[in-house]
Amino acid sequence: MKRSAPSIAASLLAAGIVLSSAASAQNTIKVGVLHSLSGTMAISETTLKDTILMMIDAQNKKGGLLGKKLEPVVVDPASNWPLFAEKAAQLLEKDKVAVVFGCWTSVSRKSVLPVFEKDNGLLFYPVQYEGEESSKNVIYTGAAPNQQAIPAVDYLMKEVGAKRWVLEGTDYVYPRTTNKILEAYLLSKGVKPEDISINYTPFGYSDWQTRVAAIKKFGSAGKKTAVVSTINGDANVPFYKELGNQKISAEDIPVVAFSVGEEELSGLDTKPLVGHLAAWNYFESINTPANKAFIQQWHTFIKNPKRTTNDPMEAHYIGFNLWVKAVEKAQSTDVAKVLAALPGTETPNLTGGIAKVLPNHHITKPVYIGEVKADGQFNVVSKSPGTVPGDAWSDYLPGSKDIEADWVSLNCGNYNKVTKKCSGQNYK
Amino acid sequence: MRQLHRGERWLFLLPLTLLGVASLYAQTAKDATFLSTLGELREATYSDKAHIVERLSQTGHRNLRQVLTAFMEGRLYYRNSDQHIFLAKTADEDPLSLIDPITLKSAGIAPNDTVTAIGTNNSLRAALRKTVARFALSSDDTEVRLDAVREMSRSLDEETTTLLRVQEKVEKNAGVKREIATALALAALDGTDAKARLDAVNTLKGSISQDVRNRLALLLGKSPDGAGFVESDKKIRDAAAAAVSNIDMWRNFYSGVETLFFGLSLGSVLVLIAIGLAITFGVVGVINMAHGELMMLGAYTTYVVQLAMPGHIGLSILVAVPAAFVVAGLIGVLMERTIIRFLYGRPLETLLATFGVSLILQQAVRSIFSALNRSVITPDWMSGSLRLNDALAITYNRLYIVIFTLIIFALSMLVLKRTRIGLDIRAVSQNRSMAKAMGIRTELVDAMTFGLGSGIAGVAGVALSQLTNVGPNLGQSYIIDSFLVVVFGGVGNLWGALIGGTSMGIVNKLLEPYAGAVLAKILVLVALILFIQIRPRGLFPPSGRAAEDK
Amino acid sequence: MPSSMSSPSYGILGHDRGGAWFLAILVLVAVAVPVLNLAVPPSSAIHLSAFGITLIGKYLCYAMLALAVDLIWGYCGILSLGHAVFFSLGGYAMGMYLMRQIGPRGVYGDPILPDFMVFLNWKSLPWFWYGFNHFPFALAMMLVVPALLALVFGWFAFRSRVTGVYFSIITQALTYALMLAFFRNDMGFGGNNGFTDFKDILSFDLHSDKTRVVLFLFTALALGASYLACRGIVESRAGRVLRAIRDAESRTRFLGYPVESFKLWVFVFSAIIAGLAGALYVPQIGIINPSEFAPINSIEIVIWVAVGGRGTLYGAIAGAVLINYAKTYFTGVFPDAWLYALGALFVLVTLFLPRGIVGLVSTNRKTAAPLRVQAQKA
Repeated sequence: MKRSAPSIAASLLAAGIVLSSAASAQNTIKVGVLHSLSGTMAISETTLKDTILMMIDAQNKKGGLLGKKLEPVVVDPASNWPLFAEKAAQLLEKDKVAVVFGCWTSVSRKSVLPVFEKDNGLLFYPVQYEGEESSKNVIYTGAAPNQQAIPAVDYLMKEVGAKRWVLEGTDYVYPRTTNKILEAYLLSKGVKPEDISINYTPFGYSDWQTRVAAIKKFGSAGKKTAVVSTINGDANVPFYKELGNQKISAEDIPVVAFSVGEEELSGLDTKPLVGHLAAWNYFESINTPANKAFIQQWHTFIKNPKRTTNDPMEAHYIGFNLWVKAVEKAQSTDVAKVLAALPGTETPNLTGGIAKVLPNHHITKPVYIGEVKADGQFNVVSKSPGTVPGDAWSDYLPGSKDIEADWVSLNCGNYNKVTKKCSGQNYK
Repeated sequence: MRQLHRGERWLFLLPLTLLGVASLYAQTAKDATFLSTLGELREATYSDKAHIVERLSQTGHRNLRQVLTAFMEGRLYYRNSDQHIFLAKTADEDPLSLIDPITLKSAGIAPNDTVTAIGTNNSLRAALRKTVARFALSSDDTEVRLDAVREMSRSLDEETTTLLRVQEKVEKNAGVKREIATALALAALDGTDAKARLDAVNTLKGSISQDVRNRLALLLGKSPDGAGFVESDKKIRDAAAAAVSNIDMWRNFYSGVETLFFGLSLGSVLVLIAIGLAITFGVVGVINMAHGELMMLGAYTTYVVQLAMPGHIGLSILVAVPAAFVVAGLIGVLMERTIIRFLYGRPLETLLATFGVSLILQQAVRSIFSALNRSVITPDWMSGSLRLNDALAITYNRLYIVIFTLIIFALSMLVLKRTRIGLDIRAVSQNRSMAKAMGIRTELVDAMTFGLGSGIAGVAGVALSQLTNVGPNLGQSYIIDSFLVVVFGGVGNLWGALIGGTSMGIVNKLLEPYAGAVLAKILVLVALILFIQIRPRGLFPPSGRAAEDK
Repeated sequence: MPSSMSSPSYGILGHDRGGAWFLAILVLVAVAVPVLNLAVPPSSAIHLSAFGITLIGKYLCYAMLALAVDLIWGYCGILSLGHAVFFSLGGYAMGMYLMRQIGPRGVYGDPILPDFMVFLNWKSLPWFWYGFNHFPFALAMMLVVPALLALVFGWFAFRSRVTGVYFSIITQALTYALMLAFFRNDMGFGGNNGFTDFKDILSFDLHSDKTRVVLFLFTALALGASYLACRGIVESRAGRVLRAIRDAESRTRFLGYPVESFKLWVFVFSAIIAGLAGALYVPQIGIINPSEFAPINSIEIVIWVAVGGRGTLYGAIAGAVLINYAKTYFTGVFPDAWLYALGALFVLVTLFLPRGIVGLVSTNRKTAAPLRVQAQKA
């Protein structure tokens, strides 16, 4: 009987990789990096991988952490959501990393969440997101809606005098939630329902002719109109191009975006965007010594003086420093001890102010509104007075206004103040 | 004050060499005030800048218009070394060619990092636009005057009305005259004279502008105290109501025309991405999964061409078209020679191999250009829109792409039907062995055909670079659409691709306002699946011998 | 060819050495995995973590999917570039059951509505969610929904004699349309996020290693059973008709065989296997979302089959496991370069191994032999 070698080999190899998970070397601390390096999200996430590698490199030059060197473990979940869960399990169970920096999209975070909770890992999530979540095992270093969306709308309402609103988003959970919060917020400020138009388009949408014409029409009713854009990544370029070509200028109908930063602008012709707005917690153009040093460090590390920095990079910078401080405080990389040490830990922002981990696993952040300049940078036109604490559960949504997250006193990410119950927790 | 002194010194020298001595002192004083006020812009906050602009316009300086226009367009700079204010000819070049604000003569060039731009924000630009519009009324350019009148009619007050009245008397151009009449009529609606108001409504009746409609609709509303109407005279109200419904009717009509154009332009993109495929898939029988990546290469070629000729963005697109054809065509020939020629007669296996190639090409651009999107600049002649009337404007980039598609289509037809190589291509596709027996070098023809199809894909990529992101995923987002167009039209038939693509685009855009973008697309897909059940070989089925083999 | 077909005394595996080997290995893996996970202490070097079980379980699900595609492509010449549709629908049906099992343990604590519905302000469960809290119903749906779609789609397509590339492209259109539809939050399937954060299945905790082992065993069992069923079909009289259709469709029709019915039923059966694979995939992976419908996924399945060896069944399984293992390995070791490797693999296999990897070693050329003839007709 002749053997069918490939099928044997295939099956055995499959078993083999799992068995080959030899005990890891004990003289380094492993840091997992879970960002897509291929597929649609590679555009945004590759930069974050490099940021963490830069931070690890810098930390190692300072002598490492607790006397050990940090060792990055980089995996590529390839913009494939189930693969995110698989790679997360690999990092936690096979490589036994002390901490993971990773994810960008909401769905990737939702995909890895059960894995992190089951294996008791620690994830630093660096991107602005929709809130409505507080996991024991995740530190959210990006903005919650109250740290980005609401200040932006306030600015448009007070400074620009917008009376009519188009909430334009890509059809997924972040725009859906943000727009719901904003709709409730606008209604509470006395905006009439007929002055709000909400619309969703699919990912990667490129033919904006009809939508932009509709926005133009909606904006021609005689009241100052503003567009709040939660349009995701790739769809932005054709959107702004179409706005420019249909001659909608920022002076007529300003667009404030929550997902367009320096990195995205570097990939597009900025002419049609000049004057449009973005709300972030960090801008490369903010002139502080810390930020200058960071940009310098980034250019040296990436060997390209033209590469931009952006908000999620700063979030990773903050997250990494918070983790280092918490590890030093706990004198251990054990996740339980680090998690206990994290709330209350503080580190300076790049743009001034202090980022502090709150009991709900979110952090305090300053809010900036910037106008796009022709060189792809932002001209800051408004800044929050101090830092704004991140709110996990929005006060403007009926389902979540009674919910509170507190991992210090309540030990619960989802505590209902009315029913006094803690729900949705898999692991305590 | 420091700047003022320096300005004075400098201004003393200048007139001596350039001008006569007559009005020297008065002129100099005026220039000095102007310059010093201008100088304050360097350090001012945005709200201060608005006041400074106000004061500048009060100086009535002869260069006010040029300076403020430059400021509005972000072309106002000061030199870091001596704090002098300059205009720049264009904002986005390095080094900048500077212009002196007083003499308006060239003041040499300066590298970008030796000068600082004086920034504006939205409200400041809006204020500047208003101010500049007043000067623009006296421009020689009709378009500029037209824009100025439109700008002024949006914020009518005593001053602008007076300016417009003066202009009305001297204006020669009929279009501008009409626009001024509309603006003055809008202003007259606020007047106390009922006769004048009625006349104004009658003047406005012929307009199809949204602003006019909104203004007229306001007359029909209840007055703030709730007792009467904003417009007390019933006759005027009736006239206004009739005018509003007339405007609405025309606007609806034009928005229908606009939707059709949207459909046409979406359709032309679909046709463009399908022509190359119709040739490789239809004529050679190769399922080229790397077709999308060949388009991507075309788009990247555009990017590289723009990098190579930074000063000539307008020209770069035209250069990119043949360049993209050559690049994608050569890659296509290479693919054909090294891989596909071993797989003829096995269409499904070409699918597999070309899918492998597509992965390699994607990763290759990622390695060379990074995973980030690349910025392809839209040349000025392709941005903005062609304004047909107040209700209808067609964006230039879409218009050019429709025309471009037709040209590419005509050229492809010409090559296939009227040239020797076209004849060979058709002969080989119909009966390979017979063609070979007749002395046609089928191997060469195969390579040429595949190169032609790939080259056209590259050219399509140039057009796509003007519409969407230039990144490694560009190809993937269009590949399915292009296959669907080819199958819908009938494999191997360019007319099928043309009619199939156009009708898919138009149907999609007609559905979109009602169903939303996603549902419209789904409906088109479902309709397509059903259509294939009725006509399993597409709109124009291949006929004759070729049909038997496929 | 006829000799191998007319020898029932050997049983269906009589001339299927590759298949026998495959089943032997499957049994071996099915025994080894639970032992290595449950009996070997976690500290041991040969302990198999939950991650390992999930990974192997995933490969087995993909293997079933490849099997389903090979049955129709390798034996009947139907190239479906939309088989991920059936896989995903099976997965979604399972996902709906798992979502209902969460009950009041969701984030918002609603006893009936899944979190995403609470969040979209839905007041009541849409009708198509009824019944999914009962496992038998959900199980039926996992098989019936893909089968029904295959029946309707296939009935239209085969009756109209949509063949070859036309069929392939419209299956792509089908999967593309469904992907867009499932992306819509208004559809009631969780939009882009799909379903995740499952708690338990039939009251067993999904995160415990024991449940995972049992799920894995069911997957192995399902794969083995599907293999035997497919082998049974292709070795039967009907199997010979299928091959006849593959090699000369018109001739078979002229001989009086109801070609359309044969194609339709094998297509439906293949869809059921794919649906079952999807249903087993979801609880192990822990998430189902619309990107499973992505047209590129369906193309990948075909590539597994082609790389492994079309028209052999076990070749498809080998291809699925091998490529997915390679993917796991390369994304871990050379994240930047794995697309080069994968791309080169496809090109080289098509050019130099037209009968796939198993073609290299297999002596069982009888089933693979007519590939060339068939390909020219395709």
